[in-house]
Amino acid sequence: MKDLTAYKNVWVFAEQRQGEIMPVAIELLGEGRKLANEIGVELCAILLGDKVEGLANELVKFGADKVYLAESPLLSTFTTDGYANVVTDMINEYKPEVVLVGASHIGRDLAPRVAAKVGTGLTADCTRLEIDPEDKKLLQTRPAFGGNIMATIICPDNRPQMSTVRPGVMQKAAKDDSRTGEVIKVDVKLQQSDIRTTVLEVVKEKKAKVNLQEAEFIVSGGRGVGSAEGFKLLQKLADKLNGVVGASRAAVDIGWAEYQRQVGQTGKTVRPVIYIACGISGAIQHLAGMQDSDYIIAINKNPEASIFKIADYGIVGDLHEVIPKLIEAIDNKENIFL
Amino acid sequence: MKIIVCVKQVPDTNEIRIDPITGTLIRDGVPSILNPDDRNAIEEALVLKDKNPEANVTVITMGPPQAKEVLLECLAMGADRAILVSDRAFAGADTWATSETLAGTIKKLGGYDVIFCGRQAIDGDTAQVGPQIAERLNVPQVTYVEALEEQGNDLIVKRKLEDGYEMIKIAKPALLTAIKELNVPRYPSVGGIVTAVQEKEVEVWTVNDIDVDLTQIGLKGSPTKVKKSFTPDVKGKGVILEGSPEEVAVKLVANLKSKHLI
Repeated sequence: MKDLTAYKNVWVFAEQRQGEIMPVAIELLGEGRKLANEIGVELCAILLGDKVEGLANELVKFGADKVYLAESPLLSTFTTDGYANVVTDMINEYKPEVVLVGASHIGRDLAPRVAAKVGTGLTADCTRLEIDPEDKKLLQTRPAFGGNIMATIICPDNRPQMSTVRPGVMQKAAKDDSRTGEVIKVDVKLQQSDIRTTVLEVVKEKKAKVNLQEAEFIVSGGRGVGSAEGFKLLQKLADKLNGVVGASRAAVDIGWAEYQRQVGQTGKTVRPVIYIACGISGAIQHLAGMQDSDYIIAINKNPEASIFKIADYGIVGDLHEVIPKLIEAIDNKENIFL
Repeated sequence: MKIIVCVKQVPDTNEIRIDPITGTLIRDGVPSILNPDDRNAIEEALVLKDKNPEANVTVITMGPPQAKEVLLECLAMGADRAILVSDRAFAGADTWATSETLAGTIKKLGGYDVIFCGRQAIDGDTAQVGPQIAERLNVPQVTYVEALEEQGNDLIVKRKLEDGYEMIKIAKPALLTAIKELNVPRYPSVGGIVTAVQEKEVEVWTVNDIDVDLTQIGLKGSPTKVKKSFTPDVKGKGVILEGSPEEVAVKLVANLKSKHLI
């Protein structure tokens, strides 16, 4: 068994793409700060890339006491082998007790590989992290069975305790321009031959990006929308509110809406001002992604639908009849009830 | 070409409900299905087999005896061989222990060019087992695969990112995890079902048949443990608006306007 006491500090993987820190890294610094304070240790960021030293100071301003900086031309673009080898070397050398990684397409590729190399456990997509006041161990809470139950996971006998956290779940760290910290340059032992894949190109798609996480109004549809055509009606209402259209997993699985619109445990976590759930029954998998919205409005034919349990305003009715009337009512400046 | 596909039988989580009184999962009547991403994984293996008729597709799963059902489905789709790895020793495995078991099974199969997994299973949604199998076998990986082409001994893979994609060249042997954008899975043909039932058989392997470290499997070999589980809180009930579609629409808009929300 490992000497667990040799492992100290909370680490955050500061994911960057093309020289920009991903928002999830700032969220992890916010969460990591709380954990580090509770344990009474330092919060550190690990930053990998090529010519990214300028970002290290940013991480300090967002709360990192130390930044471990690994720079190499071989790290300019993410590769599983390149990043996994370097992160593993860093963990083995500096021995953190907690490592947090954003559950992005990069983090979810990297973290399991690193955990397997290091020989420790990894808890995916945590929605809550706490420190056990008794033994200072990390309590990692995550949804399971499509969000129908929550499980609190521990990693008692291995270090580091590793978690991935989905983007949008934790609150971002506040920036403090006066903060100072230490930047530690790490010796990168990586060789070209260690990287068994070649990234031929990285393409950003210009297609209308659905920015669910920044939207103030989301009109979301589920199985009850009935067709891809039905989603056009939702789009009309969303346009009226300057909002965007979201969807439940059921609607995405059928193919009525694209995956990038999916809200829920396996999609995005959103917290808009108003979330209008149309024809969504309210499987917990879906609720997990939207229950923190300021106001939830549910339109559903079935009065027993569980979505009504969390709705601030519920309308039992056919969305195909109600939505056109809603659009009319928004247009009507002389609403008699005002 | 030897292709291995790792699959999982999962409860259809869209159908799971919570008992409102006890707060526990209602598992009765919840259908067990082939994990959706794994269906794309098996399809892509069969696409490669269509292009390379000499190719051999072996599907493996770790699970209880009834997981045979999903393997039969894979055989009916066109897989050549199916192995269920089933033993009490595997019970309670986390992703670490599961990947040890599946990697240990793959080692026994002796050689492979491509291993396909689904990106993630809908019961756990971890997306960890694929990369961890790759690590244990020391092969490179590409996750979130949305398109695939062969180019000599290499594979040209389109990997989906949140805001686009990347094109990656990877030499065989390699492990790839499939997402639903990769393909449209075929349905088993009538001929495929007949062949699967009459000519093919699901092999059942136990812990003794695979190449694993016994300290690394099952609950005991799992570094992560479930400390507790509970049903998520839901917040208090709001207002149900009543009336005709027009009346409720007007009431709702009035409420939102009075709160200066719209």
